[in-house]
Amino acid sequence: MSFGTLFLAVIAIAAVAFALSRRKVLGLAQGDRRRLHSLPHYHGMHAMLLAAVPALLLLFGWTVLQPVVVDRVAVSHFSGEKYDTSGERSLAMSEVRRVAESIDALVRGGKLGTSELETLSDEDLGRELDDTGIPVLSDLPPQIIDSARIYRSVSATGDLIKLGLVLLLALAGAAYGYSAAHPDLRARNRTEMGVRGLLVAAACVAIFTTFGIVLSLLFNTIEFFRIYPAGEFFFSLTWSPSFGGGSELGIIPLLWGTLYISLIALLVAVPLGLFSAIYLAEYAHPKFRSAAKPLLEVLTGIPTIVYGLFALLIVGPALSSVFGRGGMGWMPSDTAVITAGLVMGIMLIPFVSSLSDDVINAVPQAMRDGSYGLGATKSETVRKVIVPAALPGIVGAILLAASRAIGETMIVVLGAGAAARMSLNPFEAMTTVTAKIVSQLTGDADFASPEALVAFALGMTLFIVTLGLNIVALAIVRRYREQYE
Amino acid sequence: MSDTTVPLESQTGHRSLLLPDEKLKKRRRSETWFKMLGLGAVITGLFFLVILIASIVYNGVPAFTQTYLTIPVTLPAEKLDKVGNRNPSDMRKVSTFGYKPLLEQALIDTLADRGIEMPFDDAGILADLLSDGAAAGVRRQVLDNPDLVGQTVEFDLLASSRIDGYYKGRVDRASVNRGMVLTSVHLDVADALKEEGLVERRFNLDFIIGADASDNRPEQAGVGVALLGSLFMILVVVALAVPIGVAAAIYLEEFAPQNRFTDLIEVNISNLAAVPSIVFGILGLAAFIQFANLPQSAPLVGGLVLTLMSLPQIIIPARAALKAVPPSIRQAALGIGASRNQMVFQHVLPLAMPGILTGVIISLAQALGETAPLLLIGMVGYIASNYPDGFLDGFVSPNSALPAQIYEWSKRADPAFYERAWGGIIVLLVFMLAVNILAVVLRRRFERRW
Repeated sequence: MSFGTLFLAVIAIAAVAFALSRRKVLGLAQGDRRRLHSLPHYHGMHAMLLAAVPALLLLFGWTVLQPVVVDRVAVSHFSGEKYDTSGERSLAMSEVRRVAESIDALVRGGKLGTSELETLSDEDLGRELDDTGIPVLSDLPPQIIDSARIYRSVSATGDLIKLGLVLLLALAGAAYGYSAAHPDLRARNRTEMGVRGLLVAAACVAIFTTFGIVLSLLFNTIEFFRIYPAGEFFFSLTWSPSFGGGSELGIIPLLWGTLYISLIALLVAVPLGLFSAIYLAEYAHPKFRSAAKPLLEVLTGIPTIVYGLFALLIVGPALSSVFGRGGMGWMPSDTAVITAGLVMGIMLIPFVSSLSDDVINAVPQAMRDGSYGLGATKSETVRKVIVPAALPGIVGAILLAASRAIGETMIVVLGAGAAARMSLNPFEAMTTVTAKIVSQLTGDADFASPEALVAFALGMTLFIVTLGLNIVALAIVRRYREQYE
Repeated sequence: MSDTTVPLESQTGHRSLLLPDEKLKKRRRSETWFKMLGLGAVITGLFFLVILIASIVYNGVPAFTQTYLTIPVTLPAEKLDKVGNRNPSDMRKVSTFGYKPLLEQALIDTLADRGIEMPFDDAGILADLLSDGAAAGVRRQVLDNPDLVGQTVEFDLLASSRIDGYYKGRVDRASVNRGMVLTSVHLDVADALKEEGLVERRFNLDFIIGADASDNRPEQAGVGVALLGSLFMILVVVALAVPIGVAAAIYLEEFAPQNRFTDLIEVNISNLAAVPSIVFGILGLAAFIQFANLPQSAPLVGGLVLTLMSLPQIIIPARAALKAVPPSIRQAALGIGASRNQMVFQHVLPLAMPGILTGVIISLAQALGETAPLLLIGMVGYIASNYPDGFLDGFVSPNSALPAQIYEWSKRADPAFYERAWGGIIVLLVFMLAVNILAVVLRRRFERRW
């Protein structure tokens, strides 16, 4: 029984439990609702929750964990030095899964009976698979076929137990709910406790997500540092991965590119965003403001892939025609730090401006009035009163923008180039941490190699840096807010 | 006495308040400058927006039309239907390669008919005017309608991407010679065909509903399958992120006690909102693909990753919407004997719904355009050329997604794909715009002032 059918079956059992329990209490109360502790549908929901929630939890948990356990069992059948490293084992494991799926396809297609399958020798089975044209390795090692058989049988057993347990749990819950249904049962209170529990669980998803991020980064990063010296990762000045081995994976050139591009982006975004915010908050006619502000904010709503394409195909060639070989001769290719930085800056303008707008508007009117009363002009008020008062908030906005810029991926993947280089020339192509995470994990690299695992170490660095920036920014903003409220 | 005899004017120049002095003039100048700077910044920002939109429209609109050559093709029965019973299952044996010579012959005949000189020795070179997919198109039409065999039928044949680009003004004579396939001689023939009225440009529905094509057939590439991939991902997000996000917001806003645990949840949510999207991609790769063995490139995995990403984007506005419901509503509900759950679910939540929905819709639009995490879970590099087999299969069979498809095209060598990428962006933005307009309409329709 597939996941979907089982899911629907549990839902159906719960629905039946709802209807039966509701009818039972109404019957016991002889149709008089006033004799019930709770409204009839609470009695139904009580049984329904008891039937559905534990069974569905088990179903999801089992479905997620079963493949992991089955893999463990199947892997334990590999032996010999051929499968020593985890990389070879995981490769073999994916082969096992494929063979098992192919056998499944054979059985489904009716070409192979279940009894036949057990009597068939490994060689014959391999030939059978070859004949059907299913792409498997031409000469399968017997270990793989053997493991595939075990994989299939363990999976099948697991599926069967899952089916039984889930249905049993659902029926048991339904039966308990039905038998407990009684006019005096505090069904509303119990149901509400159950709903409260579900709400707490939903709120905890955020914690689990953070946990998941930290764990998935941490484990793979530790794995990486086990096979690659941490000192070289942090201090080496070269980044030259080669999938054959002997790579040099120093993070410094990537950090340099990241910071350089972010700096250019901020040089574009901060003045433009800040002045826009000041103009819109202090000078603009309300009509102009109500038209210009949402238009500027359209820039944040545009997906980053669009900016990436814009950098690659419009801004890059345009800059190149001025600064490239045809013009100044500084820019060897269309993709460059300046291309990515400029486009990222455009993306960040509304981000800076709307955050600054908020903090500027939060400065109390009394401070403006005081300044005007002393004879200051508007610009003097802005420069000497409003900006200093809003400064912590503005700094916070800039830090948040910086964290955005550092974590931005698509613009740099398309616009910044692929070469890891440390140079001061903004017209040269450089690359960033995010771009390298993408390139190291989208190749065909073996997951256990340092060249792939380094992406997790890069991700960890990125996570820590952006998290740090955000915490500092939020702390600054929060402290500032307390001053005036 | 002597002090007052000094005239005021000789101390500081004239001091009429009606006439500005030097210092005041300077201050006013700097005031004007400052204002101009601000206006300039706003205008620069808007200018960038205009440039961006203009380049999207200018580069993308051509993708929505496609060039066809109207050529009469003779369909000889002895080649296409050897059995002679016009039975499609027998005629299926003639592959696309069997149709190619027919098209070549048809082109030669047309040139001769119209008095255009045949500039090539080899018919195959002339046939480069047509897409590699043209023969497949003819084959499909013949199989759909076997009675065509034996006749000479006018077909609209898909032109190759370069010829298409030439008619659209994307390709010129200088650039075509740099390419390997076509020469400017082809373009002469193309000009002649156009004069004869055999060239037709029409709306390219296949671009919107069609599948992606391989590297050498950009003229056939479409976003249809990728669009389905995006749709399935959004379905996952709607099914998971919306209930979980709203439930979390309800808990935090209405029920959570003030304690460490609540603080922990809140800190987590605000931090997750700021985690770079690529990190969510890493999470998806490590947790869903490596650990849980879910299939690569599956919309299910993409949807799960986007769910986790959009949760904070849903929770934060939903909390604000719940907070905006005035306490008097809560007190009134409690006052007439509702339990706290009843108060929340029957009174507060319905009133907060428009605000919650607006947040949900905006976060869905964001999720639709998100690209970076999809790169890591294998939705790029997969050529989305097959439609999923059914509803459930759509979640697990490998697919691309609209933004991933755009990225894929922007990485291909043939510039003809760039036109497709821009076109894909128009499709993406139209969807996002529609979603956002829906959000605005909802807000206008249901907004309440207390």
